[in-house]
Amino acid sequence: MTPAITVTNLWKVFGPRADRVVGTPLAGLSRAELRERTGCLVAVRDVSFEVRPGEVFVVMGLSGSGKSTLVRCLTRLIEPTSGEVCLDGEPVRAMSAKRLRELRRHRVAMVFQHFGLLPHRQVLDNVAYGLEIQGVGRAERHRRAAQMLALVGLTGHEHQLPEQLSGGMQQRVGLARALATDPEVLLFDEPFSALDPLIRRDMQTEVRRLHAEVGKTLVFITHDLTEALSLGDRIAVLRDGELVQVGAPEDLVGAPADGYVADFVRDVPRADVLTLRWVTRPAADGEECDDVPLPQDTVIRDAVPRVLRSGRPVPVVDGDRRVGVVDAEQLLPALLGHRRQVPT
Amino acid sequence: MTRPELRPGGPPAGRTGGGDRWGVRGPWSTRTIFAILVVAAAGAYLGFRSTPAADSADAAAFRFFDSVREWVDANRDSHPLFLFGVNYLRLGVRLLVEAVSAALTGLGFAGLVAVAGAVSLVLAGWRAALLAVAGFLSFAVLGLWTESVDTLALTLAAVLLSVLIGVPLGILAARVRWIGSALRPVLDVMQILPTFAYLAPMTLLFLIGSPAAVIATLIYAVPVTIRITQLGIAGVAPVTVEAAAAQGSTRWQLLTKVRLPMARPVLVLAVNQTIMVALSMVVVTALIDAPGLGQNIVRALERVNVGAAFDAGLAIVIMAVVLDRVTTAASRRRPLPWRLAVPVLAAAALVVLLPIGDRVPALSFAAPVNRLTAWVELHWYAGTEWLKNTVTGYLLNPLENLLVTTPWWLFVLFVLGFGLLIAGWRAALVAAAAAVGVAALGLWVHAMQTLATVLVATALTLLGGVWAGISCARHDRLATAVRPLLDAAQTMPSFVYLLPAVALFGASRFTAIVAAVIFAVPPVVRLVERGIRDVPPTVVEAALSAGSTPRQLLWKVQLPMARGGLLLAANQGIVMVLGMVVVGGLVGAGALGYDVVAGFSQREDFGRGLAAGFAIVLLGVLLDRLTQGFHRSKGPSS
Ligand SMILES: Nc1ncnc2c1ncn2[C@@H]1O[C@H](COP(=O)(O)OP(=O)(O)O)[C@@H](O)[C@H]1O
Ligand SMILES: [Mg+2]
Repeated sequence: MTPAITVTNLWKVFGPRADRVVGTPLAGLSRAELRERTGCLVAVRDVSFEVRPGEVFVVMGLSGSGKSTLVRCLTRLIEPTSGEVCLDGEPVRAMSAKRLRELRRHRVAMVFQHFGLLPHRQVLDNVAYGLEIQGVGRAERHRRAAQMLALVGLTGHEHQLPEQLSGGMQQRVGLARALATDPEVLLFDEPFSALDPLIRRDMQTEVRRLHAEVGKTLVFITHDLTEALSLGDRIAVLRDGELVQVGAPEDLVGAPADGYVADFVRDVPRADVLTLRWVTRPAADGEECDDVPLPQDTVIRDAVPRVLRSGRPVPVVDGDRRVGVVDAEQLLPALLGHRRQVPT
Repeated sequence: MTRPELRPGGPPAGRTGGGDRWGVRGPWSTRTIFAILVVAAAGAYLGFRSTPAADSADAAAFRFFDSVREWVDANRDSHPLFLFGVNYLRLGVRLLVEAVSAALTGLGFAGLVAVAGAVSLVLAGWRAALLAVAGFLSFAVLGLWTESVDTLALTLAAVLLSVLIGVPLGILAARVRWIGSALRPVLDVMQILPTFAYLAPMTLLFLIGSPAAVIATLIYAVPVTIRITQLGIAGVAPVTVEAAAAQGSTRWQLLTKVRLPMARPVLVLAVNQTIMVALSMVVVTALIDAPGLGQNIVRALERVNVGAAFDAGLAIVIMAVVLDRVTTAASRRRPLPWRLAVPVLAAAALVVLLPIGDRVPALSFAAPVNRLTAWVELHWYAGTEWLKNTVTGYLLNPLENLLVTTPWWLFVLFVLGFGLLIAGWRAALVAAAAAVGVAALGLWVHAMQTLATVLVATALTLLGGVWAGISCARHDRLATAVRPLLDAAQTMPSFVYLLPAVALFGASRFTAIVAAVIFAVPPVVRLVERGIRDVPPTVVEAALSAGSTPRQLLWKVQLPMARGGLLLAANQGIVMVLGMVVVGGLVGAGALGYDVVAGFSQREDFGRGLAAGFAIVLLGVLLDRLTQGFHRSKGPSS
C-alpha cells in the first residue's frame, strides 16, 4: 500500500540565501551556530517519515521546534528548501501551480490554530468557501456545507458571523470547512491550543469520533503530550527542527530515544500507556499459570485487577502465540514507576 | 523607546537608524553639543549679520521660470508632449468633470436632494440620509446651490480619479515589496506639500480652470488613498489568507474574496479621507479659477468682507460634515440588501422625474455676521489689537529680524548642525540642501519672513495643543466633550479657518498666525492625548503605587514615555502651520504666500510665483526633515 504521505530528507531554512546551506558543511552546524554565522534559521532539518493511510500521525515538539513549518511544507504553503514530499506517491515539489491548487482544493485540507475564518462571511459561507472557489453551484455547496455543520454539531448557527461564536464553536467551523471538500488528508496545526482545557477535551473527543466516522488520514500538530498520546496512532517528536523519535505512544513512553523525549514523557502515568508487552517476562520452567491468558496489547492498568485477583502469573499472548507471563511484581514498577516532578 | 504606532497593523516605516541616536550619545553630551552650537551660531551671527536688500524682482530663478512658461506657451499646440500627452489629459479630465457636473445638474434641485438622501440611506442608514437631505437643502437655502454643485462636481471627479488610481496602487504597494518602498518617500514628500505649492505648476501645464483644479486635487488627495488602502490590505490577518490559500484559492480569488472584503472598512475610510482632503483642495483651487464655493470666499476675503464669505464657508462646512458622516457611517455598516435598496432608489428616481420646483426660503448670514464683526471690532478692539501687537512686536518682529539679517550660509550651517544633532545626517543633509535651494531661488527675505511666521505660529500651536492634549488625557470627561469638536475641526477645509481669524484681526500677518493655530491645534491635541494615553497602564499603576503625585506622574512618567507622540505632534503641527501660513498670504500675511497668489493673477509675476511655490516646498521639506528625524512613521492624515 502506498503511504498517504512520504517525507524524505526535508529541509526548510529561513533567511538570506537559505538555499546555500543544505548540502554544505554549514548544514552540520547547530541552529544557534548557523544563525550566528549566516543569519539563517533551520526550521526543519533533514526530516523523513511516512504516514499510512487512515492513520492519525501526531507531530509533537516545543514551541519553535518547527512543527508549523513542517506541516506547511506538506502542501507548500511554505516552500521547502530541499528534500521531497509525496502525497499518495505523487511528488508535491514537482507540481505546477495549477496541480498544486487542485491538490489543496480536493485532496488535503487544513485546520489552523487561530481558525482563519473569513470575518465578513456567515458560518455557512465560510464552510462553503472551498467549494465556492472550485466553482460548485450555490445550492449544492450550501447543502454540503450544512451537512458538514451538522456533522460538527453546529446546526442552527449557519447564518451567524464567526465573531458571534465562541472559540470552540469557531474551531468547529474550521473543522467543518476542512471536511467540506471531502479531502483524503486533514492537517491540524495545534487546532485546540487556543481553547480552554475543557473545550479542548470536547474537541479531541470530536476529532476521534470524526476520524472513526469518516476515516481520513490525519496529521496532527500539538505541543501537548496528553493530546498527542490520546489521539496519535504514531507520534513524531521534533526538536530544533530535527526528528528525534517516531513511534507508537507506548514506544515513546517505554523506550524514549534520548533525554529530550524522556523529559517529555516523564510525568506520563506509564501504566496508562504501556501495554503488557513492556512487562512480560518469560515463563519459568514448570511455573503454574492462570488459565485465561491476556492479549499482549492490553494496557497495564486494565490488566491489574485480573493479575492481582489471580494470585498466579497470568500468561500473555500475541494472537494465539504465548509470549510470556506477567505477575504483580512486573506490574508494580509500571504503576509506581514514573517519577513525579517534585519541587526542590 | 516606546512610540505609539500610528498605523494600526501597518508595515513598519523605513528606518534611518534614528531610534537610538539619543540613546547612543546620551543626553549629557547631546545637550553640551547643542549649547556649543547655539553659542557658535550666536557668535557667528553677531560677527556676520547683515542688512539684506529686499528680494530682487528679477532674480535668475524668476527669469528661468518665465522662460519656461514662454516655452510652454509657444509650444502648447505643437510639441508632441502637449499634443499627445498633456492636452489629452486635460481634455479627458474636462470631459469627466463635465459629465459629473451634467449628471448632478441634470437631476435638478429636488432630484439631487432626493438622490443624495437615497444613496445615503442605502449606504449609511437613515440618520446619515436625513443629514444629507438637510445639508443639500441648506445649500439652496443659503442661495449657493449652483456653487455648491460645482464644488461637489469637482470634488467627486477628483475623488473618482484618486480612487481609480490610488486603490490599485495601494494594493500593489501592500503586496509588492519594491513598489511599496519606491512609493513611500514619494508619498512622504507629497503629504507635506502645502496646497498652494501644487497650483502654479498645474496652471503652467494645464492652464487655469476646472481640469487644472481636478488634477491638482488629484495629486493632493491620491497619497491619502494609496496610504490608507495599503494599510488596509497589509492589515488583513495573515492566518485568514493562509487558510484560504490552503484551500486552493488563486491569487485573484485571494484578492477579491479575502483581502478586499476584509479590508472593506479601511477602504471606505480611505474614500472618506480622500473626499475630505479633496474637498479642502477643491476650495483652494478657486485661486486658479475653478468654479464653486471657493470663489465666493476668495472674492470676499480680497475685500475683507467676512459676512460675504460666511455663507460660503458655512456651505463648505456643511458639505464636509455631510460627506464625512455619510462615508464614516458607510464604513461601519453594510449597505442595504438589494430588495430594500431598489425601492429606495426608485423612489428617488421618481422625485427626479416629477416636476418639483426649486423654490426654497432663502436665508443669508452675511448681514448679521457683518454686524457681529463690526461689533467685535468696536468693542474688543483694544483686546484684539493688544494681542496682535504683543505677539507681533515681541515675538514675530524680533524673530523675523533675526532670520532676515542672518546670512544665508550661516542659516544653512545652522540647519545642518541642528539637523545632525536631532535628526541624523541624512535628514540634516536634505534639510540643508533645501535651505540652499531657498537661497538660490532669490526669495530669501520672503522665505525668512514666512519661516518666522511659521515658527511663531508653531510655538503657539504647541503651547496650546500640548496643554490641551495633556488636559484631555488626564480628564476623561473633558476628552469626551472635546472629541466631537476635534472631529469637526479635522473635517473642515483649510480655507474656512481664515474666516474667524479675519473677523477678529482684520488683514495682517497675525491673522495668518491665528488661522494657522486654530487649524493645527486639533491634530496636535489628538496626538498628544493619544501619546499620553498609550502609556501602558501597568507602568502608570507602578508609578502610582510608588507614591507619585499626579504631577510627578505626568512629568516623570507620562510625558517622557509619550515622547514619540509629542514629537510626532510637533512634526504634524509644523507642517500644517506652514500650509496655513502660506494661505494666509491671501489675508495680509504677505511673503511667499502672497507671491504665489500674485503669480496666478499677474502674468508678469508668474516666474516669481512659481519660484515662491518651490520655496514653499523647500521650506516644507526642511521643516519636516528636521522634525521628522525623531520618529519615522507618518500616519495617514486622519
Ligand atoms: N517566515 C519565517 N521567517 C523566519 N523564521 C521563521 C519563519 N517562520 C518560522 N520561523 C522560525 O522557524 C522556527 C520554527 O517555527 P514554527 O514552525 O512556527 O515552530 P512551531 O510551530 O513548532 O512553534 C522558529 O524559530 C521561528 O522563529
Ligand atoms: Mg506553530
